[in-house]
Amino acid sequence: MSRISEAFQNGKAFIPFVTCGDPDLETTAKIVRAMAANGADLIELGIPFSDPTAEGPVIQQANLRALTGGVTTDKIFDFVRELRRDVRVPMVFMTYANVVFSYGAEKFIATCAEIGIDGLILPDIPYEERDEFAPLCEQYGVDLIPLIAPTSAHRIGKIAKAASGFVYIVSSLGVTGTRSTITTDVGALVQLVRANTTAPCAIGFGIATPAQAEQMAAKADGVIVGSAIVKLVAKYGRDAAAPVGDYVCQMKQAALRAGSAD
Amino acid sequence: MPQSKGRFGVHGGQYIPETLMNAVIELEQAYDHYKNDPAFNAELTALLNDYAGRPSRLYYAEKMTKDLGGAKIYLKREDLNHTGAHKINNVLGQALLAKKMGKTRLIAETGAGQHGVATATAAALMGMECVVFMGEEDTKRQALNVYKMKLLGADVVPVTTGTATLKDAVSEAMREWTSRISDTHYCLGSVMGPHPFPTIVRDFQAVISREIKEQLQQKEGRLPDAVLACVGGGSNAIGSFYHFIGDQSVRLIGCEAAGRGIDTLETAATINTGRLGIFHGMKSYFCQDEYGQIAPVYSISAGLDYPGVGPEHAALHDSGRAEYVPVTDEQAVSAFEYLSRMEGIIPAIESAHAIAYARELAPQMGKDQLMVVTISGRGDKDCAAIARYRGEEISE
Repeated sequence: MSRISEAFQNGKAFIPFVTCGDPDLETTAKIVRAMAANGADLIELGIPFSDPTAEGPVIQQANLRALTGGVTTDKIFDFVRELRRDVRVPMVFMTYANVVFSYGAEKFIATCAEIGIDGLILPDIPYEERDEFAPLCEQYGVDLIPLIAPTSAHRIGKIAKAASGFVYIVSSLGVTGTRSTITTDVGALVQLVRANTTAPCAIGFGIATPAQAEQMAAKADGVIVGSAIVKLVAKYGRDAAAPVGDYVCQMKQAALRAGSAD
Repeated sequence: MPQSKGRFGVHGGQYIPETLMNAVIELEQAYDHYKNDPAFNAELTALLNDYAGRPSRLYYAEKMTKDLGGAKIYLKREDLNHTGAHKINNVLGQALLAKKMGKTRLIAETGAGQHGVATATAAALMGMECVVFMGEEDTKRQALNVYKMKLLGADVVPVTTGTATLKDAVSEAMREWTSRISDTHYCLGSVMGPHPFPTIVRDFQAVISREIKEQLQQKEGRLPDAVLACVGGGSNAIGSFYHFIGDQSVRLIGCEAAGRGIDTLETAATINTGRLGIFHGMKSYFCQDEYGQIAPVYSISAGLDYPGVGPEHAALHDSGRAEYVPVTDEQAVSAFEYLSRMEGIIPAIESAHAIAYARELAPQMGKDQLMVVTISGRGDKDCAAIARYRGEEISE
């Protein structure tokens, strides 16, 4: 059992995201520890990319702040090594294909395994291109997390069958960012995924409020929140750890209200 | 096993969010159907001929030939097309295809504004909605084209993210497409992005080399010895090369924008300075740093100011079938002025990159040799910027 499955053993999972190095890695370290202490079940660490085509303005700006601050892939690897001395919660990297490819895919994925990164989320690697990295991920025991979108339709079966770790269900069309309402029939998407895999399903994109977290958690095994947290980091800067911790606590409680994992 | 599609050697593929996958699959299926449909092709040919003004002329540049004292030079006059550039060839094809697919809205990225103007034109003609994403920096460099697009009924969205140039306009158009797919076609302007775009755009631009081949056969009874075109993403170049790829005697030469020089950071010469990477849906060469962050590129030409190159060009470079040479801003501006005075033809600053290399190459070739240079667009849009480059302020 990989460490990611542990994330789904504590009732509905709450999965927060943070961009590494926004505004600096010292702050990110405090934020990650605050997330872990407040009930985060799995933490998504964003490695910034200059041109993140799946992100809305909030995370785009976080990427820009982080890169302007001088963060690099190597600095992030060192930062995770340091975090792993005391942080036990499962962690995955979310980044773009070129960050992995240009580093050397094998070197990148082997380093992930070495420093205790459990999975990789690459929004610009669809099923058809997964062989770019999937064999290496299997070799080193790093889960390559597939994404399912509201437009996936008949693609769901083959994507879900190949899933490892968990399945990232994209709640809505468009890019990352908070939304006042989610109109997709996410429950139906999750049912189609579950018919094809035993891997847990977590829903992301557009979730910001405890009410949304409860509503989405009821339909799946967990919820993922990015932009709402990155907004807090943008607002509080180097003092963001405490407000992010409070937010994670509220959201985990809301997810738990949706019931235990079924 | 998953199957990666649209490969040119190691390049190409479909590196895009899952949300867009069914859209590109649907596009591929529609294209595979319509490309062999006689009614579709008849409709497209009628548009290209009667609306866009094809076939474009192949003009013997006699004064330039004599001045350079080497190869006999022909200019493929894509600048004479409706909307003033080769971009209309692709846009009419894609707009017609989108219409057949039941789409009612076109979105596009633009750099210099030529592709945006062409897309806005096709949308006006076919009664479709149109939204064009353009880097804010480029909306200033190409203010006239912004006005034209609006006049044609398009919305122009200035893109302020990143370097606020062509690459950011592409990113923003891709983001827009993920949020609205069912009624919207992304009318990509170059031979780049995820499969099937590099193939579709190439096929619609291949009319350029098909015509060159026929026209030169009529005029000279033979193949050219060299074909030159400028390369940003590379659509006029692949269009100019395509029907000659199998003719090994024909040198195919792509002219990249070197900006202030390939030994500086202010360059957009992707094949000369870039590395293999994955971006904007494709594997190809990109200007990037050691961690794969896409580099802020520079060229005086907004249309060539892009950090990547189409995957088929990357493969033609790998195989050695085509050559890619860097041309600096200074060389291009000098060629812009040269062609204006020598032949009375004001080329787009993009096309001037090809003219610049022709000036170097022609004297090294024999007088019995034939060179074709594609003038991908007209230079009216560039006059104010070139005047500024030369220290003269003019108001448009």
